[in-house]
Amino acid sequence: MSVAMVVFIVCGALAILGAIGLILAREPVHSALSLVLVMVALAVLYLMLGAAFIAAIQILVYAGAIMVLFVFVIMLLNAGVEVRTNVSRIAFWVGLPLAVLFLAEMVYSLSRHYAASGALASAGAVAGPVPASTEELSMKIFTDFVLPFELTSILILIAILGALVLAKKEAS
Amino acid sequence: MVPISYYIILSGVLFGLGVIGFVFKRNIITIFMAIELMLNAVNLAFVAFSREFNQLDGLVFVFFVIVVAAAEAAVGLAIVMVIARNRKSLNVEDVNLLKF
Repeated sequence: MSVAMVVFIVCGALAILGAIGLILAREPVHSALSLVLVMVALAVLYLMLGAAFIAAIQILVYAGAIMVLFVFVIMLLNAGVEVRTNVSRIAFWVGLPLAVLFLAEMVYSLSRHYAASGALASAGAVAGPVPASTEELSMKIFTDFVLPFELTSILILIAILGALVLAKKEAS
Repeated sequence: MVPISYYIILSGVLFGLGVIGFVFKRNIITIFMAIELMLNAVNLAFVAFSREFNQLDGLVFVFFVIVVAAAEAAVGLAIVMVIARNRKSLNVEDVNLLKF
């Protein structure tokens, strides 16, 4: 087994464990920390796929900014242990088989597709040795995708204004 | 080297777990986190396909997805705060104004 495979298995297992922890944790803060674990593991996987820039912004924006925002709101609202009602118990026992079925179907169809194309086990599915450099990516963003890139600034502006207007206390 | 298909399957598993969290969690903030998990799973698929086909467009899309996720988190958490202020609760079952 190569080093890359070991790193993939460790990070993939960490990501899945984090996702399961997010579901099982009853304290919202524990869920948030599990999600940070998932994001860090995914950042390592991005690095292995040669996407260094994406790995960096995954850590900076996702694990840094967005999750801090989440933890901040959890602290602010004093979110405690999740309440379990009768409805949620019924939903759990009805929904669990369906959810597992969904998961199994997804993995099955994906692996069957790849088995059919013969790419599941062959390392040949790994694309050429040239990793996507940040320079090429920035060239792409600032030439082909320059209009969407500028539009995102307007999107963020609107999001900031919307958040401000929504969270503002109404004068009573 | 790791075959690309492994990444895609991992992405599928993470997305499925995100769906499970979205359906089963009762806390609005945790449901929101499950949505973020699904976005992350899709990002992983984007990066893996971008590598498989040696195209950078997938990475550009991931970039935009992260920007949109940030904007969504800001607005969504503001909405959560308003709900918590008005309903004095974070349980989704208490937010049933639009429920038939």
